[in-house]
Formats: sequence, C-alpha cells, structure tokens
Amino acid sequence: MTASVSIRNLTKTFATFKALDDVWLDIAAGEFIVLLGPSGCGKTTLLSILGGFLTPTGGTVTIGDRDMAGVPPALRPTTTMFQDYALFPHMRLIDNVGFGLRMRGMDRASRDAKAAGFLDLVGLKLSARKKPHELSGGQRQRVALARALAVDPDVLLLDEPLGALDLKLRRQMQDELKALQKRVGTTFVHVTHDQEEAMAIADRIVVMNHGRVEDFGPPSDIYMRPKSIFAAGFMGEVNFLSGRVSRVECDAAEVETQIGPIVLPIANFTIARPQAGEHVTLCIRPEHFRTVDRSVAGLSEAVVSDVSFFGTHHRCHLAPVASPERKLVAHMPQSARIARCDRIALAFDPAGVTALPEVPET
Amino acid sequence: MAQPGETQATDIAFPAGSARRMLASALSWFYLAAVYAFIFLPVAVLVLFSFQDGRLPVPPFNGFSLQWYESVFADRKLMAALANSLMVAVASSFVSCLLGFLAAYALARYRLPASALQRGLLIAPMTVSYLIIALGLLAVLNALQVPLSLWTVGIGHVVINLPLCFAIIYASMGDHHVNIERAARDLGASDVKVMALVTAPMLMPSIMAAFFLSITFSWDEFIIAFLLSRFDVTLPVEIWSMLRSGLNPKTNAIGSLVFLASVVVLVVLELALFGRSRKP
Repeated sequence: MTASVSIRNLTKTFATFKALDDVWLDIAAGEFIVLLGPSGCGKTTLLSILGGFLTPTGGTVTIGDRDMAGVPPALRPTTTMFQDYALFPHMRLIDNVGFGLRMRGMDRASRDAKAAGFLDLVGLKLSARKKPHELSGGQRQRVALARALAVDPDVLLLDEPLGALDLKLRRQMQDELKALQKRVGTTFVHVTHDQEEAMAIADRIVVMNHGRVEDFGPPSDIYMRPKSIFAAGFMGEVNFLSGRVSRVECDAAEVETQIGPIVLPIANFTIARPQAGEHVTLCIRPEHFRTVDRSVAGLSEAVVSDVSFFGTHHRCHLAPVASPERKLVAHMPQSARIARCDRIALAFDPAGVTALPEVPET
Repeated sequence: MAQPGETQATDIAFPAGSARRMLASALSWFYLAAVYAFIFLPVAVLVLFSFQDGRLPVPPFNGFSLQWYESVFADRKLMAALANSLMVAVASSFVSCLLGFLAAYALARYRLPASALQRGLLIAPMTVSYLIIALGLLAVLNALQVPLSLWTVGIGHVVINLPLCFAIIYASMGDHHVNIERAARDLGASDVKVMALVTAPMLMPSIMAAFFLSITFSWDEFIIAFLLSRFDVTLPVEIWSMLRSGLNPKTNAIGSLVFLASVVVLVVLELALFGRSRKP
C-alpha cells in the first residue's frame, strides 16, 4: 500500500528553539523522499511529526487525504524504522517481524507465514529462529526493515537507518533499499545527513537548514541548479563568485566578476529574469572547469597553487591572476598535465554555472 | 603492567623479597579462611548438630543420625508452617515485583510531579526497622478491624520488599529501551501490551533477581510474621515457639532445611541473573 503525504505550513517550537519553520511539502504516493541536512536542521523533528511521536506547534499533515492531527503512532498508516533498529531483543526474528501483525489480531500461523515472507524479501529466511543479538549490523537493519514493512504501511519513515554501518555495507544497503522500495511501492521518507546517500537513493531530495526547506527536487536538479547557497554548498564542493549583471540579451546575460565577464544562458538564473545592474552569486562546481589551449576572451588566467591526483581527476587550487585572493578549486581531467606554479587559462562550461541572488560572500 | 618475566627476574635477584611475598600470601589466605569461618562456623555447627545422635545439640558429637529430620518431616505443625512460609514468600514477592515494576516504569518513562521525592518515598521503608513497620501495621490493621492472618503477614512482607524490588528494577530501566518501546507502540501495541510483551521480558533478569531476593527475605523474616499472624504461622515463628521449650536437635534440623532452601534460591537467582546476562 502507498499514500501521498501533504505537509502545510508546519511549525514546531521547542521552548525558544524553532525546530521547524513554515514547512510546505507535497510528496506523491510511492515516492522515495530523502530529508537531507546537517544535524539540528529539523529533519528528524519532521520525521517524528510524520510518525506521530511529536505534535506540531502549527500546521497540518495529511496522509492519503486523512488529516493526522491527534492520531497516535499506532493508528497512523506509517511505521518508523529507527536509527538503532529497536529490535525486540527477547524475540526471535520471525516474532519481531510478526509483532505488528500480532497487534492487529492475526493468528499465529498466518502471521508466521507472512513474517517468513518478509524475512525472505530481505534475504534472512534461514535465520527466522535466531535472536537479534546473533546478527550483524546489516542483518539487524534488514530485520528492522522487514518488521516495519510487514504491517503494510502507506508510508515508511526511516530515521538515518544506515548511519551505523560501515561505508561499503552502507553503499550496498542503499542499493538494496532503493530496489526494495521500487518493489513494494510504499512511500519512503528517509532522513540522512550524507548527501551521497541522498543522491544514490532519492527520487526527490528535501534539503533542510535551520528548520526550513532550502531546496526540493530530483537529485540532479538540486546538484546542478541549487535554489540556495546552502543547498549548493551542502550537495558538494562549489566555488562561489559574486558578480554584477552587466548586459542582458534575449536568452543570455553577461555577468561581470573578479575573474572577468562570464556569459550565461538566462535559464541558469534562479531569479525570474536578470536585470542589468543586479548583483548575483555564481556557483561553479569544481568539475565544470575545463582545460583550454588558449585563454578565453576577457577571462583572467590563473596560477596553480596546489595540485593533487585523485584517480578520477586532478584537484587543483587556483589563484586567478586578476584577483589572487579569490581562491578557486577545480577538478581537471585525469589526462591533463598540470603542475604547481603552472599558469593556465580559466574556462568552464557555462551550462554548469548557476546564478543565485546576491548574498554576502563566505 | 609488569610482565610475568620481570617478576621472576626480581624474585631471583632478591630472595628476601620472595620470602616476604610468601608470608604476605600466607597471611592473606589465613585472613580469607578466618573471614569465611566467622561467617559460616555458626551455620556449620548448626548443620552438624542437626545430625546429633542424642537429645542435646551441644558438644560432644555423639554420632550420626537422621532421627531429627524424620521427626521434622513427621511434625504436621512444622510442615504446615513451612507451606505457609512458602506461600507467603511467593505471593508477597510476586506482588512486590509487580508493584515495583509498575512504579519503576511510571517513574522511568513518564514525567511525574516531584518524581525525585516519589522515588525517595518508595525507597524510604528500607531504612525503617522491621519492628517499627510491624507495629505501625498492627496499629493500622487494628484500627481497620482487619483480623490477623497470613494475608496480613503477606501485606507486611510487601511493605518491606517493595522498596527493594522497585530499586532493582528501576536501576535496570535504561534509556536504550525507550526506542524499542516506541517501535512496539508504532507497530500498534497498546500501553499494557508494550509493558507485558516488550518492557517486562526485556527486564526479566532484574525482575527475577528482585523476585528471588524478596523470597529469601520473606522466607527468613520473623518480627513482622510474628506480630501480624495469629493461628496460621510461618516457619520462623513456628521455630521460635519450638525454641521456647528448650534447645533440641530438631530445631537444628529445621534450621538446616531453611538454610538449604535459602541456598537453593540464591543458586537459582545466580543462574537466572548471570546465565542471562552473558547473552546481551
């Protein structure tokens, strides 16, 4: 089963601390949503409100057209998979997975059959009679997933479920989680602070900071066209360049920056339509820099102040000649021949550059 | 930490040190033996003279005989008292554990007004002497015109064992159980089911510890049982009334049996506690 989730005007205040500040979200049925943000951004608070463990200070949550105000966790069409898995230590796996069905009054034979099916789904059919302490971290995580799914929730809430696993296992579980979600079709709302994990599994990512939604969209949109400086910085390394719009043509605009004029398509501006004289901040990902033989007209050259080889690319620190304090980070192709103190021409793909409304430089 | 090899080297180099160490070792063994003798000699003497072949449980030891055990098992009143004791111990310990668990659950999981004070009040009876508790209960029961019986003894034993059960169970209720209870609630369990199916089984080792400790205390308890009972009495009270007619190896025999029962309960407790806690 699956259901859509609609969050309107949601606010949560703890004493003087505003954990959630006017959050609006529309989640479609069957979507895999990831709430992404640093600790204290309100993502776990939002998840707890969806699960019914916290009561919002203001606003509404609707799951499948049903208002959730005052509905306790047990009566919600949601189940939560906790960060520490919260398995029942005294029960065998089959009883752990069948617990929710037992609470719904299902008889032993049917619930054992159904629980065995869900253990099979997560690849633990043969361990049904074991107790949780006999399992590894990854296996416990799978049991918690099976237990939460066994009651056919419309929405599954996952509270940093992969946080305790080592990197390799985490990558493997991400793939499993995503495949499983596609198979069962349940709406998943997953909390994490790891942006790689978010990109690996999400249909859409909600980037949160200070209790607000900074950005909401498919991973590629958030990475390529972030709607805020915070979202741009949180999704990966980025260079910020402040500039002023000097000229606007029908489908392109020229921005005057410290390293020279840059011509961008209008579509790369997050504000409706840039006006000449407007101040903007350009976001350039390191991998959008290119090596060129001859300098691009108007753009400053740069001196390589440091370079290291990362296998897939060379990571360079650049000091533009026109403005040596304005350090840039660029990823140059594997094959490029770059050494410290080289003087190179700056060039990048304009399509990869996003122009955000001006904020003070960081 | 010193390596074993180093210690040996020092021993060879300083034979005087080695002698001092042997002396210290001998002294500590002597001390150990003295401590255990101090604790267990009275019990050993009691048990020894329960096998006395004669009418007096005092030296000299005349020979080995089981006659006093035979007369204990043939004594109807004594056997009835033993059954009473067992009943009171099990029932009062069960009630103490149940009430202690509920109180611990409430104080550990909910925000209650003046919870520190409430915890203190629950544990406070531990510091009051059994005599005072018995006198107080006697006054209350008289005022309420409740006739004295094994029930009133049981009430007295709940009063003394509840603080103990509460303290043991409360100490084992960690925050790490909170999410597990939340998960149970999330999966549709009511509060009662969370307690019965999740919290209590998770805390079973400490609940069992509290239960068996209560049983040993109730089993041995005399003052409350003496003051709050009338026609049916518990074993310690029956033994006391036997003692009034003078020393007799029969009292040694029943005393040995009481001691044996306590040892059995302690062994069970040990197994219940450590047998389980080995598996996290």
